[in-house]
Amino acid sequence: MGFTLSNQQQLLSKIATGNGHGENSPYFDGWKAYDSDPFHPTKNPNGVIQMGLAENEMCFDLIQEWVLTNPEASICTAAGVNEFKDIAIFQDYHGLPEFRNAVANFMGKVRGNRVTFDADRIVMSGGATGAHETIAFCLADPGDAFLVPVPYYPGFDRDLGWRTGVQLIPVACDSSNNFKVTRAALEAAYEKAQKANIRVKGLLITNPSNPLGTVIDRDTLRSLVTFINEKKIHLVCDEIYAATVFSQPSFTSIAEIIEENIECNRNLIHIVYSLSKDMGFPGFRVGIVYSYNDDVVNCARKMSSFGLVSTQTQHLIASMLSDNEFVERFIAQSAERLKARHMRFTMELAQVRTSCLNGNGGLFVWMDLRRLLKEQTFEAEMVLWQTIIHEVKLNVSPGSSFHCPEPGWFRVCFANMDDKTMEIALTRIRNFMAQYKEPIAPRKNNRYWQSNLRLSFQSRRMDDVMMPPCMMSPHSPIPQSPLVRAT
Amino acid sequence: FQDYHGFPEFRQAIATFMSKARGRRVTFDPNRVVMSGGATGANELVMFCLADPGDAFLIPSPYYPAFYRDLGWRTGVQIVPVDCDSSNNFKITKEAVEAAYEKAKNNNINVKGLIITNPSNPLGTTLDKDTLESLVTFINQKNIHLVCDEIYAATVFSSPKYTCITEVMQDMDCNPNLIHIVYSLSKDMGFPGLRVGIVYSYNDDLVNISRKMSSFGLVSSQTQYMLASMLSDEDFVEKFLATSSKRLAKRHGVFTKGLEEVGISCLKSNAGLFCWMDLRRLLKDQTFDGEMVLWRVIVNEVKLNVSPGSSFKCVEPGWFRVCFANMDDDTVEVALKRIRALVGQGKKAQEQAQVKSTKKRWQSNLRLSFSSSTRRFEQEGVSVMSPHMMSPHSPMPHSPFVQATT
Repeated sequence: MGFTLSNQQQLLSKIATGNGHGENSPYFDGWKAYDSDPFHPTKNPNGVIQMGLAENEMCFDLIQEWVLTNPEASICTAAGVNEFKDIAIFQDYHGLPEFRNAVANFMGKVRGNRVTFDADRIVMSGGATGAHETIAFCLADPGDAFLVPVPYYPGFDRDLGWRTGVQLIPVACDSSNNFKVTRAALEAAYEKAQKANIRVKGLLITNPSNPLGTVIDRDTLRSLVTFINEKKIHLVCDEIYAATVFSQPSFTSIAEIIEENIECNRNLIHIVYSLSKDMGFPGFRVGIVYSYNDDVVNCARKMSSFGLVSTQTQHLIASMLSDNEFVERFIAQSAERLKARHMRFTMELAQVRTSCLNGNGGLFVWMDLRRLLKEQTFEAEMVLWQTIIHEVKLNVSPGSSFHCPEPGWFRVCFANMDDKTMEIALTRIRNFMAQYKEPIAPRKNNRYWQSNLRLSFQSRRMDDVMMPPCMMSPHSPIPQSPLVRAT
Repeated sequence: FQDYHGFPEFRQAIATFMSKARGRRVTFDPNRVVMSGGATGANELVMFCLADPGDAFLIPSPYYPAFYRDLGWRTGVQIVPVDCDSSNNFKITKEAVEAAYEKAKNNNINVKGLIITNPSNPLGTTLDKDTLESLVTFINQKNIHLVCDEIYAATVFSSPKYTCITEVMQDMDCNPNLIHIVYSLSKDMGFPGLRVGIVYSYNDDLVNISRKMSSFGLVSSQTQYMLASMLSDEDFVEKFLATSSKRLAKRHGVFTKGLEEVGISCLKSNAGLFCWMDLRRLLKDQTFDGEMVLWRVIVNEVKLNVSPGSSFKCVEPGWFRVCFANMDDDTVEVALKRIRALVGQGKKAQEQAQVKSTKKRWQSNLRLSFSSSTRRFEQEGVSVMSPHMMSPHSPMPHSPFVQATT
């Protein structure tokens, strides 16, 4: 049957045929380079080292040891198989009570027991990816917007906006004050939206920040709470990196701020969490929506049917995270190892006159390579980036993919490799910096600028997609939305 | 590991299992296997990819109640029912499909496709080859999609033998870009908690985009890993499928026989985990109100949670779906005893039933018992919320939607 391409395209929905997935971008060169030439210590020692994936592989020895000594936590062992049936048939979207309790307990411990979390407010989702989408569905209608301080995680555009029709509006931050969020910048972004007749439903912050690796100080957090209360908009706090803070200043969770003597409508406060970064379990898809708004809890819980956590995983996590001794040891060790890794990395970079933003959390550094740019433009940033991928053979993430307003910044992940690989990466950087005392000129040979937009399907999930700094194409206005308004 | 392609071994194991569940009459390509958050997530995902808000899908009634949520809640997609009734054992007729399609068109509703569940929930029947062929012809003519929910594929326990959509496609002139399968391990393996939903499409673009969308509901890698191992154990799988089928056949036999002994008939069925019970003769009035009266008696007094046909949008009152695979043999006996008592009491029970306004909110402490042998509603208090009021938006603490399926 001769179906033409246009017929074919009409077969799918607007959401399916649009760019909301965020992957259709020349920035995927970095991924392609890695996929076609991945580093391996023995099999491919000259391959590209993956430094664009913010994953935490620092403490798997601790996890493995725990799993070995706790066979009953798995339903696949002799010790645990008696529970197999009950676990496999349990599909209640409240989740196993012991799972919720364990997650609430863990969240409290990660915050130094300065706050406690109510297990009944814990709602599951398909990873943090699913959590963000669920929150957007619950809080906003298509066409509504969230303010998001730049630079921000590229996946937000997809997570909050692809299927929901929600827009993201950047809040300007720059290096003049270490990318802190200011009241003035918030007001400016808000006013701009108002003038454009865009309804702002909330503010989304990531604390600790991706890609900056910094924590938001108390005063700033308080001012954000004041701001959203004044405007009667929501505050969504992505605290996915909470346990990756390894040095001062200490992490302050939004949960602590609202416990203070501050005027705040709790119905506006929501936390997104996950075990993907703190525990290093992205594969387990443990996303959490924690809201202080009862209606949002109820609605998100019903929506969680679309992305519940596998009960097999709930069972394991429930067991692991209620082992208080293990949890305390894990959190402490993880922080120590991250600190050591971070220190080694930044010290070595400093030796070659490369500075990073002063960070104390996250799985990455925010590297300042502005002095290597021929011109302070994003084109020059792209040129430098191509060089780093293809000559230095490191896949790092250019700041523009995080909507950074200043060219020359790069996010470099360091927690997804062992020490040996780390040293090799550092050697490459040292050599590179020694070579290039001059700013990087554009290459004559344009072979790297392939605009082959077809993805290599060996590539990873979009944890780190490079996206053009321009906004994604807006979604078609969707007429109706049976969304619960949680104001 | 978080690659949305999933472990290759997992995809291979799923493809192999799907084939075995269809008696190896067809094979499946692991590269077309896309993960989702259970069948719930799979159905929603397919809708997001195939339809814009306001578009519609035709669905033969009676159909699984949660389709309303899965297909339409966040997607904005409408459901247009294709009415089927007992005059021909609820078969889907070409005329009924055409009529529903035309009606939608006349109301300026853009129909993007047809969804069928085969084997059927709640009927427990499988579609015959002729019907399937006529549906494929229909969707090709109209250039609309056909989504086949084959979640009960391995629950077929007797003849007529099961014909899946893949078999039909192979023998027909058909645009494969219109054919999509939704699958899950929730029914065939009994693993609803593991959230293994699958989208399998013959449309390459759909495979690509749905794979990107699967990020919102991937299968836990821990679960993928276990299932990759379990489902590639050929001996185990074959033994499992054969034993499951046998036990379902036996249970179905015990149940339907027990019902027949008291004059209750069920739609003749050969699949699924339930019977489609005909209680029309017990209705005081042949109306849906009459059905509700009887239903409340069954829940409150007989203490059996069965599902009234109206919750499946059945056009005829008096039908009830009764699940029999979620309990042990002893409990089946208890249930049958209670049904016998109900029939015996008959009219007396109906007269004595206390009926409150259906607008009353759910007040009682509705406790779901998740013990290994039974799953029944036990409730205190007299007011009962009728099922058609239990929409996804009801802020009820414990509703049937608490479980991912009813």
